[in-house]
Amino acid sequence: MTTDSKWGKETLRQMLLIRNFEETADKLTLRGKVPGGMHNSSGQEAVAVGVMSALDPKDVIATTHRSHHHTIAKGMPVNIVMAELFTKATGCSGGRGASMHLADVENGHFGGNGIVGAGVGIAMGAALGIKQMGHKKVAVGFVGDGGVNTGRTWEAVNMAVIYKLPLIIIVDNNQYAVETFVERVTGGNDIAKRGAGFGLPSFTIDGQDVEEVHKHTSEARNRALAGEGPTFINALTYRYYGHNVGEKGQYRTQEEIADWRSHRDPIDRFSAKLISEGALTQADYEAMIKSVAKEIEEAVDFAEKSPLPDVSTILDGVDSGLLGARK
Amino acid sequence: MSTTTPTTQQNPTYSEAFQSGVREEMKLNPNIFILGTDLVERGGHFAQVKGIAQEFGVDRVKDSPISEAAMVAAGLGSAMYGCHPIIDLNFIDFSLGAMDEIINQAAKIRFMFNRPVPLVIRATSGVALGGAHHCNSLESLFAHTAGLSVAVPSRAYDVKGLIKTALRSPDPVIFLMHKKLSGVRGEIGDENTFIPFGSAHRVKSGKDAAIISYGYTIVSAQKAAQTLAEQGIDVEIIDLRTLYPLDTDTINATVQKFGRVVVADEAPMFGSITAEIAATASEVNFRHLKGPIVRVGAARAPLSANPQMSEAAIPSANDLVEAVKKVMSY
Ligand SMILES: Cc1ncc(C[n+]2csc(CCOP(=O)(O)OP(=O)(O)O)c2C)c(N)n1
Ligand SMILES: [Mg+2]
Repeated sequence: MTTDSKWGKETLRQMLLIRNFEETADKLTLRGKVPGGMHNSSGQEAVAVGVMSALDPKDVIATTHRSHHHTIAKGMPVNIVMAELFTKATGCSGGRGASMHLADVENGHFGGNGIVGAGVGIAMGAALGIKQMGHKKVAVGFVGDGGVNTGRTWEAVNMAVIYKLPLIIIVDNNQYAVETFVERVTGGNDIAKRGAGFGLPSFTIDGQDVEEVHKHTSEARNRALAGEGPTFINALTYRYYGHNVGEKGQYRTQEEIADWRSHRDPIDRFSAKLISEGALTQADYEAMIKSVAKEIEEAVDFAEKSPLPDVSTILDGVDSGLLGARK
Repeated sequence: MSTTTPTTQQNPTYSEAFQSGVREEMKLNPNIFILGTDLVERGGHFAQVKGIAQEFGVDRVKDSPISEAAMVAAGLGSAMYGCHPIIDLNFIDFSLGAMDEIINQAAKIRFMFNRPVPLVIRATSGVALGGAHHCNSLESLFAHTAGLSVAVPSRAYDVKGLIKTALRSPDPVIFLMHKKLSGVRGEIGDENTFIPFGSAHRVKSGKDAAIISYGYTIVSAQKAAQTLAEQGIDVEIIDLRTLYPLDTDTINATVQKFGRVVVADEAPMFGSITAEIAATASEVNFRHLKGPIVRVGAARAPLSANPQMSEAAIPSANDLVEAVKKVMSY
């Protein structure tokens, strides 16, 4: 199937933007600019962009500790994301959250999370809210291959099924949880089958193919909007860097990483397809890479120049105060 | 109470002290095993079990899925059956996904069924970088729960001596190791050094007032003591080492000796262990007090990822200096 040129270019640019953001932020983290470090999503761009390009901007997502790619694909400007990584006052969470707690609840981003497995439950709750209020939207909950071993994830899936909620569960399955290979900790070794056991449509897909991710998410969204309930999607992908910035470890080989990078890279694959179909010229592509680099440079500059949060505000916003709480 | 021990470069780290105590007990008790995430190859996130799987095999150091409720349940059931598991929850924040297993189940078995639950739940605790989901100070919650004991060592010597005691105890122990102390070196005891729970350690003796504390705040208290010494105030520092059982004898003796006492930690002050200590010590020793016991603790707010905000929320050495000056003013 040939790709629509406009959609293809936008999609490719988003993936390039995420890749450049992550590689830039990784280096800045090593230079001490990102308090608490960060989880780099390089290699996983197609999952985020494929899903988000199939959603309406008003749809809701709730995600994980590794969520820069989801957040940028959801539409948060990269300067705001970068400023949050720097824990600056201009960041999306005012510097309170950093890399793991990116959010924009107003615009349907219900947050990254420090707690593995928390995202699917929150998205399930949002889907319930959507249904209760009669809205025409869906919610998407992201979880990792490690996170699918938390009980809370499956409690949420079950509830979504019995209430027929407009929920899409995406396993951002990069095959490792910290240093633990998925097969070592996944009974039955088939995550989609687990999903199917709860009685909902459940698929394992190629998460390095942005169009495949887009297609499955669109179909899931249509089912959800038609009142047919949730869908479970296990998207196979790969992270190129360590779990946290700076980590290497002996748990996987350099050959394995090189193989994923050289044969299955989501950006290389998609750009090659667009170029071969004539939807994109090499010159367009190079210009796109340059413009993305400029956008990220400006984001870093914005984050650097932004003010730190005011430490006198540490007690602000713990609660509304309407119940009479005092400082 | 024991006395302070000197530190040198060759000494083991706080994390290595844990390894040392666990190794010794594992050699003696074949029913001890460790279960948690990323233990076998990585040795745990703070290197606290590095090399143990290589020495004892993967049947006794088990990598776990990220399933905290099942991890604690596995520990609880196997402990009731006769094992002595160490469940490594990585960060204490993740215990919140296993609270029923800890508070409703593990803590209450002996009382209801008259059966031992020899279970150690180890986790890294305390405030450092990491923000709202990685810096909860939950020790008061566990100390509040009947049936649980809580260890909060501040130095390598106590880590080793306390974990060895915990691994001979028939009761569930919450073993909290402070993130910021992981790499700090110090002398450790030999295979026969067991530190009893409920025995505080006098870090430094003094003449004028006392700071009672635990965990990383002991480091701040030592800094504060230096500053105060320059101003002619000689402050004593008591490290509680365990929060339950609590060394009330030492607490009472300290209050009676000085009548000027600061109780400090980095947990939110509202409803915290410092409140328990101040209230009980005041009830028992009211006529010995020269003025109220002063508490120092954290703001009742989630921790921010921004380092300056996070630091501002918890006590600094300077806050302790001010608190001691306050009790000196009585
Ligand atoms: C409840 C809980 N347990 C453990 C952790 C520590 N931890 C953070 S990320 C992680 C691995 C998660 O793996 P996965 O779900 O595959 O996500 P990935 O890092 O691969 O994106 C672990 C164990 C946590 N944050 N929360
Ligand atoms: Mg993973």
